[in-house]
Amino acid sequence: MSASPEPVDLLVVGGGIAAQAVCEAVLERQARTRVMLVCGEPRLPYDRVKLSSLLAGEVDPLALQLRPDDWYADRGVEAVLGRRAVALDPDAGICELDDGRSISFDRCVLATGSDPLMPPLPGLDCAAVHPFRGPEDCEAILAAAAGARRAAVIGGGLLGLEAAYGLATHGCPVSVVHLMGHLMERQLDEAAAALLVPAMERLGVEILLERRTEEIVGDGRVEGLRFAGDERLDCDLVVVSVGISPRTDLAAIAGLEVERGIVVDDRMTTSHPRVLAVGECAQHRGVVYGIVAPILDQAEVLAAALAEDDGSYDGSVPSAKLKVMGVDVVSAGDPEGDRAVVAQEDESYRKLILTQGRATGAVLVGDTRGAELLVDAVRTRRAVDDPLALLQEASRASAGDLPDTAQVCNCNGVCKGAILEEIRSSGLGSTAEVVAATRAGSGCGSCKPVVAELLALERGGAAEEPAYLCPCRKQTREQLAAVCREREIDSVSGLASACGAGRDCGACKPGLAYLVSEVNGNRHREERHARFINDRVHANIQRDGTFSVVPRIRGGVTSPDELRRIADVADRYQVPMVKVTGGQRIDLLGVRKEQLPAIWDELGMPSGHAYAKAVRTVKTCVGTDFCRFGLGDAIGLGIELERRMEGLYTPHKVKSAVAGCPRNCSEAYVKDIGLVAVEGGWEIYVGGAAGSTVRKGDLLDRVDRQDDALRLSLAFLQHYREHADYLERTYAFVERAGIDSVRQAVLDPERQALLLERYAIAKAAADPDPWREGGDPVHPRQFADLDSEPAESPS
Amino acid sequence: MSGFERVGRVEDIPSLEGRAVTVAGRRIAVIRLASGFVAIDGACPHRGGPLADGIVGDSCVTCPLHGWRFDLRTGAPVGGGAASGVRTYEVLERDGELYVSVPAEGIEAA
Ligand code: SRM
Ligand SMILES: Cc1cc2nc3c(=O)[nH]c(=O)nc-3n(C[C@H](O)[C@H](O)[C@H](O)COP(=O)(O)OP(=O)(O)OC[C@H]3O[C@@H](n4cnc5c(N)ncnc54)[C@H](O)[C@@H]3O)c2cc1C
Ligand code: SF4
Ligand code: FES
Repeated sequence: MSASPEPVDLLVVGGGIAAQAVCEAVLERQARTRVMLVCGEPRLPYDRVKLSSLLAGEVDPLALQLRPDDWYADRGVEAVLGRRAVALDPDAGICELDDGRSISFDRCVLATGSDPLMPPLPGLDCAAVHPFRGPEDCEAILAAAAGARRAAVIGGGLLGLEAAYGLATHGCPVSVVHLMGHLMERQLDEAAAALLVPAMERLGVEILLERRTEEIVGDGRVEGLRFAGDERLDCDLVVVSVGISPRTDLAAIAGLEVERGIVVDDRMTTSHPRVLAVGECAQHRGVVYGIVAPILDQAEVLAAALAEDDGSYDGSVPSAKLKVMGVDVVSAGDPEGDRAVVAQEDESYRKLILTQGRATGAVLVGDTRGAELLVDAVRTRRAVDDPLALLQEASRASAGDLPDTAQVCNCNGVCKGAILEEIRSSGLGSTAEVVAATRAGSGCGSCKPVVAELLALERGGAAEEPAYLCPCRKQTREQLAAVCREREIDSVSGLASACGAGRDCGACKPGLAYLVSEVNGNRHREERHARFINDRVHANIQRDGTFSVVPRIRGGVTSPDELRRIADVADRYQVPMVKVTGGQRIDLLGVRKEQLPAIWDELGMPSGHAYAKAVRTVKTCVGTDFCRFGLGDAIGLGIELERRMEGLYTPHKVKSAVAGCPRNCSEAYVKDIGLVAVEGGWEIYVGGAAGSTVRKGDLLDRVDRQDDALRLSLAFLQHYREHADYLERTYAFVERAGIDSVRQAVLDPERQALLLERYAIAKAAADPDPWREGGDPVHPRQFADLDSEPAESPS
Repeated sequence: MSGFERVGRVEDIPSLEGRAVTVAGRRIAVIRLASGFVAIDGACPHRGGPLADGIVGDSCVTCPLHGWRFDLRTGAPVGGGAASGVRTYEVLERDGELYVSVPAEGIEAA
């Protein structure tokens, strides 16, 4: 092999989590190392763990990349994508790629990971038989699932169940076929595994235990599975998830010692001192690890070894914090030992396992409080006298009780001590900052509440809590949305009986009502006790208990006839004040509740939703209709935008404007959604504000046509409806999420199409004019107290 | 049943909502819980907000104007927001009719 002229300091062969962890750990210690990263897949390192969420449609493919493109450029890491290393000569320090290129290196790290294990079954070559390992597999599985009558997942381990969950969320009936007597036997015992069954059944997942698959039946296309004993299952899609097979071919070519994996010592070094190995391809003390946490420990030691620092890897106690079928599961160490204590309730199971008086395993299902404490006990093999007391202590433990060594973030291997240290030394003040600085919470996110708690602790309780939608029950919007989806809940009371949210003080019920309506595309069961008084009577309550009436005047354009009716109503009902609002419409203030139905009837105009967390106004300027500077039809577009958005409820109010030129007379730059006509097209601004906060909107995009401006506005509206916290205005949401993430979500053609589809579903079911309840109330006393009666309209 | 005044029928108040009524010259909010009816002062001690229009939970009501919160059984303020409580009144339900008892001013215990 002839080599490239300049040898690199470090050649990393891989492109998975392990390869990335090596780059990070090495550059952390020795920032000037010249690193070349050869990625076999045509993309930068990404988070394989999140593929499960990708399959379930919960994340976006773009969100998987571990670090942005700049990260590599900024650190001088040369990333070669879509190329495989095919030969390696450790003595000469040369590696050959599949395009014929040779790279010379000082040291080399193999992070080649593993292949999915495919058992030698007849029929394996049929179309629609897939492993579950990479993004391409997810795509293929989803494509096949779309037309499938039933999918079979071979393997009831963690990955198999995640595949089944993903398929089930897409409405595909699934059977999980497992060889053993219970699911996930590597992590769970029988009783714990049994708790997953009801959750699976709710999702329509069938479980077939103790089945040995002998054949995939089909002639080019899958028709079913045949099990030992000649039993058959009809299916037209098969996902195989029975284990991994470490990729050792390159190491073997290089003459390195290989058993099941590439053999490494306690310094992560292979049988050749110049080559190290890490991750799922490596075998340490006879063990190949198939989860992320050990990989991160290994990468740390590897970096130390390269820098000739101290440090040795003694193996990891495997631990994982997962969501299986929507149920929280934590497992650490070995599920079997010589003694165990169990605390079990209807929907939870907590078990601590001891061996010779030391903690060697923990299994938590459904209730994972205090997991960090128990996992730490297992990792340190703590001697335990009274295991039941420890189990109880854990369920009451707060972040403050954890030892500094306790690992808080399993995804990125960050312990409590490191988080506290970073908060102190960098003076961090928000959870988001701590996540960015330590990466704790940036993986699956399940440890974020603990991170927030640590921050609060460190700052004397002054830091923010996670944004709980139901503070009484400490439930976040994400958690509650998941409950709604998994259990197909369509009402606030349904949510209350599922998890208690909204029960205690009730103050969060309007937020829950919005959530339930959003998740169900407005096909929810409406319950008025969950709504703020404004949304029970469709008017804004005033300081003296009276109400205000603001009819919809789209785009601020009215007519003599409408104005006449408004004037007549104001006269007849002696409305104390008629005022032109800041939103280009007219407000009748000081109206009594009983008068509302009659006033609405006589106005004959629809509700302006001025009282609701909903789409409010679209202000316009005169634009090309009259203005000598007008570049675009601001009035026409504004009225159309209002029509397309009105009636939709939102996390907080949404106000828009359309301006005919950048002079911005309708204040579009400072609206939640603002459209500004420019030469040759339209600019779309989002996240603007000019209330208690003043913020110019971020430019979402510039488009040529009015239609496109409308489409982007609606896609943004839907994205906001789905992702903002309750009572979070767009100015806070866009600021928090970052305009780049908003752009990715709204401008990507596929995601945009899905957003618009969900928008259309929600809009079709939204009530465009709740004032019609004036003539058809949901309750005889909707607009009256016990001693008053609704006023009759004279018409 | 002395001292009780008829205020309406059971079906006049939807579940987990309240409606106001004046009894013996005093504005009262009658609220329907899953477990039955309760009655408290109709006006919030903060700035007179209509408590009958508040959001009702299992145990408390939140004023619609500025969010003061009161325990529905004792009338005591709940949480840090509210500075003082409200009075509670007995409600009787008989043959689908609702009755509230409002003691004459000055007689009730402090
Ligand atoms: C009627 C109106 C004032 C007027 O006479 O012009 C008005 C009245 C109220 N505004 Fe406003 N806002 C009105 C235009 C605005 C505008 C200007 C606009 O819409 O272009 C703004 C700045 C833009 C914005 O929304 O940011 C505005 C920023 C606010 C805010 C601050 C929001 C923020 O996050 O910065 C609040 C408070 C809130 O929402 O928490 C608020 C809240 C209120 C409430 C609803 C307070 C309440 O909860 O009772 C006021 C109702 C008074 C009442 O008794 O009915 N109002 N308010 C305007 C109705 C517009 C309409 O036609 O619907
Ligand atoms: C769907 C799914 C869900 C999972 N969920 C969890 C979880 O919840 N928790 C957990 O802890 N673990 C989970 N895992 C396991 C975890 O993802 C793996 O342990 C981890 O990703 C392994 O990382 P790695 O870098 O060692 O290997 P890999 O991710 O396999 O990366 C190896 C990379 O090297 C490249 N490569 C191989 N050979 C060459 C070559 N010769 N030249 C160039 N490039 C090469 C490959 O193309 C690949 O990109 C999950 C795995 C999957 C598939
Ligand atoms: S935005 Fe431009 S076109 Fe519209 S009124 Fe103002 S100056 Fe005229
Ligand atoms: S009037 Fe009740 S909280 Fe202010």
